[in-house]
Amino acid sequence: MDMKATKKKLGMKERYRVLTRDLGWEPGYQSKEAIFPYVRYEGIKVHDWDKWEDPFRLTMDAYWKYQAEKERKFYAIIDAHAQNNGHLNLTDARYLSALKIFLQAISPGEYAAHKGFARIGREFPGVGTQVACQMQAIDEIRHAQTQIHAMSNYNRYYDGFHAFADARDRIWYTSVARSFFDDAMSAGPFEFMIAIGFSFEYVLTNLLFVPFMSGAAYNGDMATVTFGFSAQSDEARHMTLGLECIKFMLEQDPDNLPIVQGWIDKWFWRGFRVLGLVSTMMDYMLPKRVMSWREAWEIYGVENGGALFRDLARYGIRPPKGWDDAEQAIDHMSHQFMLGLYQWSFGTAFHSWIPSDDDMAWLSAKYPDTFDRHYRPRWAHIKKLKAAGTPFKNYGLARLCQCCQLPCVFTEPGDPTLTCHRETVYKGEKYQFCSDGCKDIFEHEPEKYIQAWLPMPALFSELGGDVAAWMDWVNLRDGADNGDYDGSRDQKHFDEWRGLATSNL
Amino acid sequence: MSTVFIALQANEETRPIIDAIEIDNPQAVVNRQPAMVKIDAPGRLVVRRETIEEQLGRAYDLQELQINLITLSGNVDEDEDTLTLSWNE
Amino acid sequence: MAVTSLKEYIGVARDRVENYGGKQIVYLSWDHHLLFAAPLMLCLPPATPFGEVLRGPLAALLQADPDASALDWSKVEWLKDNRPFAPDFSRSLADNGIGHKDQLRFRTPGLNSLQAVA
Repeated sequence: MDMKATKKKLGMKERYRVLTRDLGWEPGYQSKEAIFPYVRYEGIKVHDWDKWEDPFRLTMDAYWKYQAEKERKFYAIIDAHAQNNGHLNLTDARYLSALKIFLQAISPGEYAAHKGFARIGREFPGVGTQVACQMQAIDEIRHAQTQIHAMSNYNRYYDGFHAFADARDRIWYTSVARSFFDDAMSAGPFEFMIAIGFSFEYVLTNLLFVPFMSGAAYNGDMATVTFGFSAQSDEARHMTLGLECIKFMLEQDPDNLPIVQGWIDKWFWRGFRVLGLVSTMMDYMLPKRVMSWREAWEIYGVENGGALFRDLARYGIRPPKGWDDAEQAIDHMSHQFMLGLYQWSFGTAFHSWIPSDDDMAWLSAKYPDTFDRHYRPRWAHIKKLKAAGTPFKNYGLARLCQCCQLPCVFTEPGDPTLTCHRETVYKGEKYQFCSDGCKDIFEHEPEKYIQAWLPMPALFSELGGDVAAWMDWVNLRDGADNGDYDGSRDQKHFDEWRGLATSNL
Repeated sequence: MSTVFIALQANEETRPIIDAIEIDNPQAVVNRQPAMVKIDAPGRLVVRRETIEEQLGRAYDLQELQINLITLSGNVDEDEDTLTLSWNE
Repeated sequence: MAVTSLKEYIGVARDRVENYGGKQIVYLSWDHHLLFAAPLMLCLPPATPFGEVLRGPLAALLQADPDASALDWSKVEWLKDNRPFAPDFSRSLADNGIGHKDQLRFRTPGLNSLQAVA
């Protein structure tokens, strides 16, 4: 009788070896230097690329299987959302401002990350690294597409969603995220990895996605919960790739340490600035709040970031240079941003508003040392101006930071009553900054940042200061997309439709 | 000691997985939040295939965790039988 | 420091004064008056007399602050480049040495309705 040969199933580690290492080959008619021309100029020394390994040991066959499963789950819910008037199940249409900012600034960032990982997957010589970067490149384009698709349902009903691509290219606040990714993509492959893979994905992404998706869940936004968790399920892999890559660089050669530390200092600060608006979303824009920005920072910044840098201390890595300044800013930044967004709301493709008395009571409970002392008096005055029929609009356009491109809304470390002023002169030109962190980054590579296209000065250099012409150019519909939520079309429609959905009149 | 954590979507598939993690990590703290469960543990957390299979009543491939994973913290090591999160201090 | 690069890397400054059609950018900021969320940007001909900037566009922008009506320009303390500065109100921005993208700060000790100052 024939014995049926039992084919031994490969173990996970063995299968990973076969489906990564064994796909690589030694080049015959071209030198490695010619095939991988960008891996040396940054100064990072690598002696053995095979030392890099994905701890999840995910291979392409398994990747496609699980990603397909995620997509099936995603579309089942998106369909249900559209079929069941999901746009009316929100706590309040104010919530949508957070989504509009996400769509205009963050989803295009996912696409930029896709391009970046596709590029460095080609530029790194290690096969394990190439496979992991290829998976991440595909993840990132999936995120951009599923996010745009999920939010498109809101575009049928609400203002501010219709021109996110124009907003991405042209409106002022999106240049913050755009310049962040442009900066990373114009760096070498190792710096890109520290910028996006490590600093953004590992250190900061939890502060963006976890509270954002919980916020969506709290506020009845099933579409966003779904794209969020679908995307976030990839983030654990991205975070792990970022952490493995930094450990790999540090283990390969001791000369890599100062270069890596410099990048961590730079990219922590850039990431902290670009994610700053999340603070405003958490503290002001969610009608039903999950936790305060301060509380989220305690969990994902202090506790988790602290653990990470204690772990990396064995390689000689210390916490990022701007860490203490960031800690000091936590109790102020959401208020500083929201006050800015309100007074410049004529120029935003989303709504802002004056917090209600209940909102202010919550803010003063969450920020006992700062809100009543510094921010409540300003809101009270703004409220008075509105009641008097002269709502506060600040047409004095803001000074932008030459590095992070945010309006300089931040105060001096140690003195929350005084704007932080930092400037430098390079080749006879004056440059202004929001902080020491941003000034340091500029001074390290001034030739890069002098090229910044700053939207506020450009309004004068390119459009002669004509705000109406600027609105046309950025595809912002005055009186619909912008301004105070109170009295907006979004507010009127939401109230009307919700009334229709819950009554028979 | 630094905390490691793993966060999973709250759904039918993850309920037995969360039970298994609790069984294998008595020191872990389970935080149930809207749509999400975050499990914290001091220093180290182990997810075992066998325990999940006992709770689930079927064979389980640990890589299936990818579908419902939200985030994690700590150094990752995974093979057929275990997924371990840990900090080196 | 130089940008780490494969070959020589030279950038072109985007905000040079010649891009502003004969005007220049000036930033103004009222210390301890944070109702205005960021320093204010004005785009003006360099020949504009300094006093005219204060009486014209700046005064219009500052209206919203409760201290605006009590502002006495003759008593204001000025800073440029974060150092004390004594502008001549009758002379132009250029004659006062106020260059493109310069930041001017002004202080009004004792006048701070919305902001308790330590």
